[in-house]
Amino acid sequence: MTVKIKKGLDIRMKGKAVFNLISVPETELFALKPTDFPGLIPKLAVKPDDKVKLGSTLFYDKYRPEVKFTSPVSGTVVAVNRGERRRILEVVVKSDNQNITVDLKIGDLSSLSGENVINILLSSGLWPTIRQRPFNIIANPEDKPRSIFISGFDSAPLAPDMNFVLQGLNEVFQKGVDVLSKLTEGKIHIGVKANTLDDSVFNSLSNVEITEFAGPHPAGNVGIQINHTDPVNKGEVVWVVNPQDVVMIGRLFETGVLDVERIIAFVGSEVINPIYYKTKLGMSVKEMVETNASGSNLRYISGNALTGTAINREGYIGYYDQQLTVIPEGNYFEPFGWMMPRLNKFSISMSYFSWMMPKKEFIFDTNLNGGKRNFVMTGQYEKVFPMNIYPVELLKAIIVEDFDLMENLGIYEVAEEDMALCEFVCTSKTEVQAILRKGFEYMLKELG
Amino acid sequence: MKFLRNYIDKIKPSFEEGGKFEAFHSTFDAIETFFFVPDEVTKLRGAQIRDSIDMKRSMILVIVALIPSLLFGMWNVGHWHFLAFGEDATFWQEFGFGFLKVLPLIIVSYVVGLGIEIIFAQIRKHEVNEGYFVSGFLIPLIVPVDTPLWMLAIAIAFAVILGKEVFGGTGMNILNPALTVRAFLFFAYPGWMSGDSVWISGMVKNADNVVDGFSGATPLAEAAAGNISNLPSTFNMFLGIIPGSVGETSVLAILFGAIILIWTGIGSWKIMASMIAGGLFMGLILNLFAVNAFMELPAWEHFLLGGFAFGAVFMATDPVTAAQTDIGKWIYGFLTGVLAILIRVLNPAYPEGVMLAILFMNVFAPLIDHYVVEANIKSRLKRIKIKA
Repeated sequence: MTVKIKKGLDIRMKGKAVFNLISVPETELFALKPTDFPGLIPKLAVKPDDKVKLGSTLFYDKYRPEVKFTSPVSGTVVAVNRGERRRILEVVVKSDNQNITVDLKIGDLSSLSGENVINILLSSGLWPTIRQRPFNIIANPEDKPRSIFISGFDSAPLAPDMNFVLQGLNEVFQKGVDVLSKLTEGKIHIGVKANTLDDSVFNSLSNVEITEFAGPHPAGNVGIQINHTDPVNKGEVVWVVNPQDVVMIGRLFETGVLDVERIIAFVGSEVINPIYYKTKLGMSVKEMVETNASGSNLRYISGNALTGTAINREGYIGYYDQQLTVIPEGNYFEPFGWMMPRLNKFSISMSYFSWMMPKKEFIFDTNLNGGKRNFVMTGQYEKVFPMNIYPVELLKAIIVEDFDLMENLGIYEVAEEDMALCEFVCTSKTEVQAILRKGFEYMLKELG
Repeated sequence: MKFLRNYIDKIKPSFEEGGKFEAFHSTFDAIETFFFVPDEVTKLRGAQIRDSIDMKRSMILVIVALIPSLLFGMWNVGHWHFLAFGEDATFWQEFGFGFLKVLPLIIVSYVVGLGIEIIFAQIRKHEVNEGYFVSGFLIPLIVPVDTPLWMLAIAIAFAVILGKEVFGGTGMNILNPALTVRAFLFFAYPGWMSGDSVWISGMVKNADNVVDGFSGATPLAEAAAGNISNLPSTFNMFLGIIPGSVGETSVLAILFGAIILIWTGIGSWKIMASMIAGGLFMGLILNLFAVNAFMELPAWEHFLLGGFAFGAVFMATDPVTAAQTDIGKWIYGFLTGVLAILIRVLNPAYPEGVMLAILFMNVFAPLIDHYVVEANIKSRLKRIKIKA
């Protein structure tokens, strides 16, 4: 089955990665960031100078202690960086390059029950790779998900090509799928980019329901795919996993050893050679940036330019992120910018001239390109939001904290990334994703 | 530019909180952002890049779309003035006369309206919203050219304060601000807003010197009186060489504006199209039951009369006061068109129905949206029931 997504926008950014995979030059520092997990209250399990193994718990969820976050390498905890009100921002581990692992004692998958699988995932620290919809938070191990969705491609600006990233991993991906199928009575859905199935790792999979998706971003967002195949209703829970994390889960059960390899695309207009890097979860970006990005006054984004998180030059890749984007900062004053033709700037609206250059790849900076206003223009979000939901009305329901209205207008079906394009196109420069996250927090609090 | 930037940076601190001119922060900010797009960058989480469009760009494009109507209106004002008083004039004399008549209206509109906007922005600690740049430009175009400036000032103060700011400013208002100005004038000073002499500059004060036999009545008034044979040629009405409010007469100039608004996506083509469809629909119904000459007027000719075209392109499409959902826009536009023609033809008291139709539908737009959104909610609930 092929689903055609009509609304959306492919933002043409400069700096797409070429199909070339290399290892990162010697990197010692790795970190897990509790801030990558919305709503998490972390409790530390280690302190600086503690020796840890690959798979040792660094911190865990205060309210669900069985959900553990484990070290991606063996070595020494060198720092616990804190922010305002002593909130934990990063737990940094210095690798000793020994890869001494915690012994997990995994038996044969066919003999394991769902509960066994959950326990292995929890103790290995791979559980947080499984997230739930609604609210896009770490899945609750006690839930019975209606089904599990995996998006087989990423349509975000400059996103890695999953067919390239996953090539040759057919067997281990199948293993990961088999593991996940122990967690749900329902189906495992995989969304594949239209016309790429034959060349992809997904072609040979069994035990899955494959749907092809055609159209512009956000067609590759798992939330959009869920909405167009089997939308989330009130009271239902579905789980989602990134394809690279399926591989990680597959490897764990295949070899019995935790292996947190993660391929990321290093992209953006300020990258010298946009390329794919073989990294590990939470790796420091310092070496990549120093050897392969040019210029100063740059923004380093863990993730893509629509949904990512800004990190500094010595920051760490986010837990769910598959790309590192580097673009110029936009902290400059532009004389009469709003009156100028601005031939080198992109706009979805016809009020600039980027429509005349349908092939041009644009250099984007982080300037807001205007001031914040109340909602004024209408019909803009709807053009880039392919769900049968009224986005502005939903945001207004969140702003006034109307629980019933949020529920009725479909808050269970969306994640921040699904509405990121709305934020991008907004004339009033509204912070759509932040509002949405507030709505999720409010709903979670009310639902208890 | 560098010099200007340096100068702004130098004086900026005294306009910040605690500075000497703190009370003028909003004014300063409005001026600064006029010259320079601010250096504000995206937050550390969320969308790190943004589209180039902003409120200033959107609003300046509406003004660009209005310029043909303004320029034509200026010439038209002079043209009818010299015609009424039987004087010969060149094109540039006509335009110059109109220019000098319309310019004070524009100045008063901006000084009063923006002044109030800036005060409210300062109190609210907001940036000044660009919405009034458009409203302030629209107002001179929809009033009779001889409207006394003090009346205009009072009407604008009323519309901006009670029509907009009490609701929370641009984006929160229910009624179209420019039309609120016109409605205020219409009901408070009807002598200056209707009749046959108000549309020709100089004719109210100086009626004695008008050429014998010159009436000054708008084609709409002629049609309403049943004098269909007095209507100018279709071509002249399309070009706009007829008496009327400054900007409303030329359908051609309005069409230029419509093309700009539709192409840039800033004006909703759905509202324009559905309003015309609604007007046509009502016109045809009236044709069907025609008992007088006005009702017999071909339905399409209504678009050449009065403010229908201007209202459909520039007034009904105001994104804040129109319906906001796609389906809602179709309904809103259609009903506005129906009501405009209905009021125009069947109401004995008012010569024109477009203003009231749009204001009336402004009030109903949230209700239309409410039902459209309700339908969405119902479809979502139905999905659960089907599963269960």
